[in-house]
Amino acid sequence: MLSIKNLQVSINGKLILKDLDLEVKEGEVHAIMGPNGSGKSTLASVVAGRDTFDIDKGEILYRDQNLMDMNPETRAREGIFMGFQYPVEIPGVSIANFMRTAINEKRKHLGLEPLSGAEFLKLMEEKKKLVDIQSKLTNRSVNEGFSGGEKKKNEIFQMALLEPRLAILDETDSGLDIDALKVVANGVNKLRRKDNATIVITHYQRLLDYIIPDYVHVLYEGRIVKSGGKELALELESKGYDWVKKEAGAQIQG
Amino acid sequence: MDTSTNTLPLKERLLALFEENQEAIKGPSTPLVNRMRKNALSMFRKLGFPTTGLESWRFTDLTPLLKTEFEFDFSNQSRSMDIEKIFTCDVYDLDTFSVTLYNGWFVYQNAALTRLSNGTIIGSLAKAMEVYPDLVDQYIGKAAKPEQAGLTALNTAFMQDGLFIYVPEGIKVEKPIQLINIVDSEHPVFLQPRHLIVAGKNAGVTIVQCDHSLTHNISFTNSVVELFAEDNADVEHYMIQNKGRNSALITSSYFQQKKDSRLTTHAITLNGGFTRNIMDASIKESNCHSEHNGLYLVDSNQHVDNHLFIDHEAPGSYSDQLFKGILDDEARAVFSGKVLVRREAQKTIAHQNNKNILLTDEAKANTQPHLEIYADDVKCSHGATVGQLDPQAMFYMRSRGISERSARQLMMYAFAMEVVQKISIEALRDRMDHLVEKRLKGELSICDQCMLHCNSKEPTTFNIDLSKI
Ligand SMILES: Nc1ncnc2c1ncn2[C@@H]1O[C@H](COP(=O)(O)OP(=O)(O)OP(=O)(O)O)[C@@H](O)[C@H]1O
Ligand SMILES: [Mg+2]
Repeated sequence: MLSIKNLQVSINGKLILKDLDLEVKEGEVHAIMGPNGSGKSTLASVVAGRDTFDIDKGEILYRDQNLMDMNPETRAREGIFMGFQYPVEIPGVSIANFMRTAINEKRKHLGLEPLSGAEFLKLMEEKKKLVDIQSKLTNRSVNEGFSGGEKKKNEIFQMALLEPRLAILDETDSGLDIDALKVVANGVNKLRRKDNATIVITHYQRLLDYIIPDYVHVLYEGRIVKSGGKELALELESKGYDWVKKEAGAQIQG
Repeated sequence: MDTSTNTLPLKERLLALFEENQEAIKGPSTPLVNRMRKNALSMFRKLGFPTTGLESWRFTDLTPLLKTEFEFDFSNQSRSMDIEKIFTCDVYDLDTFSVTLYNGWFVYQNAALTRLSNGTIIGSLAKAMEVYPDLVDQYIGKAAKPEQAGLTALNTAFMQDGLFIYVPEGIKVEKPIQLINIVDSEHPVFLQPRHLIVAGKNAGVTIVQCDHSLTHNISFTNSVVELFAEDNADVEHYMIQNKGRNSALITSSYFQQKKDSRLTTHAITLNGGFTRNIMDASIKESNCHSEHNGLYLVDSNQHVDNHLFIDHEAPGSYSDQLFKGILDDEARAVFSGKVLVRREAQKTIAHQNNKNILLTDEAKANTQPHLEIYADDVKCSHGATVGQLDPQAMFYMRSRGISERSARQLMMYAFAMEVVQKISIEALRDRMDHLVEKRLKGELSICDQCMLHCNSKEPTTFNIDLSKI
């Protein structure tokens, strides 16, 4: 589904991602972990299409299409969803209006009729239950004045409405209380299908108790320096990143 | 129509025209008004037209406009015209008491002056000077400041007609009173309507003033509004401006508020070549509410200028200014909001805010919020922003599949809605909501104005180009 090869990304001449390879297949869940500043959010943003970064080399294929040729909205309509680490506030734009526009532009792209107001409301009610989000939240402006946890829940709510093929969740678990974490994880699990895939970026093993990953990758200084199964997350949780950093250092020198 | 003095500069021409046409100009005016004219004329002789040398006109240059060879008309030739022939009025759900000024003259559709059964008087100011001279004299000229503004002096010297509203003590006028100002001429015209609005003690009234042009010719409207809110009166004043790009509209509104009165004004500029709204509110007595909202959506080389002065002369009042604008192409906006809190105006709360979104590098906004405070127990705030649409928000929306164009529209619409939502008449709010949306999509024509639809002229659309940041 997603195939990243030899990716190098920089911003203002500063190298952020180096020779990065990642292969995600349908039905898989990948977890990406790694110290602060290692490039996790950059990777997510580049896949979503943020243009503030320079792609120096490499390629990103999504369902055999070259992502570099697609603007962010087309990527989204083709099924890519990024849950933002820092969701953006949009004063004056209601979540309902925002999501209805998003869904209908996606439907148009796919050659489907737009949802009527009533159909959209019905869909919203359905998905609200899934993520246990309160009505008073969806009537408000997008993320404006939301608490940290509310913003993260709102990301999952949007994901539920858009039903992406590839979801990249950037620290959607941070800032959530234990109940909310379960709700979010539960939401992600319910949306899992054989033909979609999820990448979760997280600092905590805890989330991975609920969303069981097939692969865990460690990103360090712009490279994936270690990959393994779900047990790698446990090991990182107990030992920290030092040993991975040392190994990586040895690798680079060797 | 007078053309004999065409070659003189406009100021000299006007002074000469006044001498030549004195009798026509005075018409049925009261002796007091005629004395005011003489004084005002000498003030105009001294002050002249405002120049960019004046602090308050620094960014706004009238010189090119004043070179126009305007025509003047000192007698009412439109009183008996059938206004319905010129446009059809499309009122939707907005039920108003509607009156029309055609080229500055009151159109006598039914009567020049109507007295409702509750005592409210609505109609032509010229007629009111004849029928209710004492009432007119009690208020006229008491709020305007011709000594400070050449244009107000000029209007005072030449004033002949306009809207007169008097709401007696304790009366709440149910329907909004709608004033439709139409400029329609084959020649460049110079118009000076004068409006006088009085809300007596405990009275309530809403005035919707729609400025509209049916012409693509140059026109200059120098209008003056005097509005009095007596004790505990409740007044809402709307200006909805949708004019051709060759029109210049300067509206100087002078508001005077007495104890416990509430005044809310809205200045919505959807189109206009050159628009300047001067709003001068004197809070004479305690415990008043003085709220002023504005929205301007301008493109091409339109110029819009909002100039406010709120004078807190008495304690315990609240004033608020919220002006927002979206500027495309080479459009220019000027905002100047001054709040003066005098020594005796303790416990004043005053806020002002001006926010601008520029869609191009060529668009320009000059904003000067300004507080001058002499009392020590006050709560005041001011803020101003000039910027682009938030690029973070833009990416966030696009990452959900929303096109750049739609994302822009959603954000601009949301930006404008903060002002539109302050409109308290539901039908007008819905209509304005719709017009703003159309305007932002580039689908609004100047003949599509507020409640009326022009069916006689080619529509002109002004496009805010959404493909630009
Ligand atoms: N706009 C920018 N300008 C300059 N440097 C940037 C910019 N965006 C990211 N970086 C740098 O790129 C590096 C990677 O940042 P990124 O946000 O991808 O890290 P991360 O792994 O997501 O960290 P965290 O765990 O703290 O979220 C950091 O050193 C960061 O400072
Ligand atoms: Mg990050």
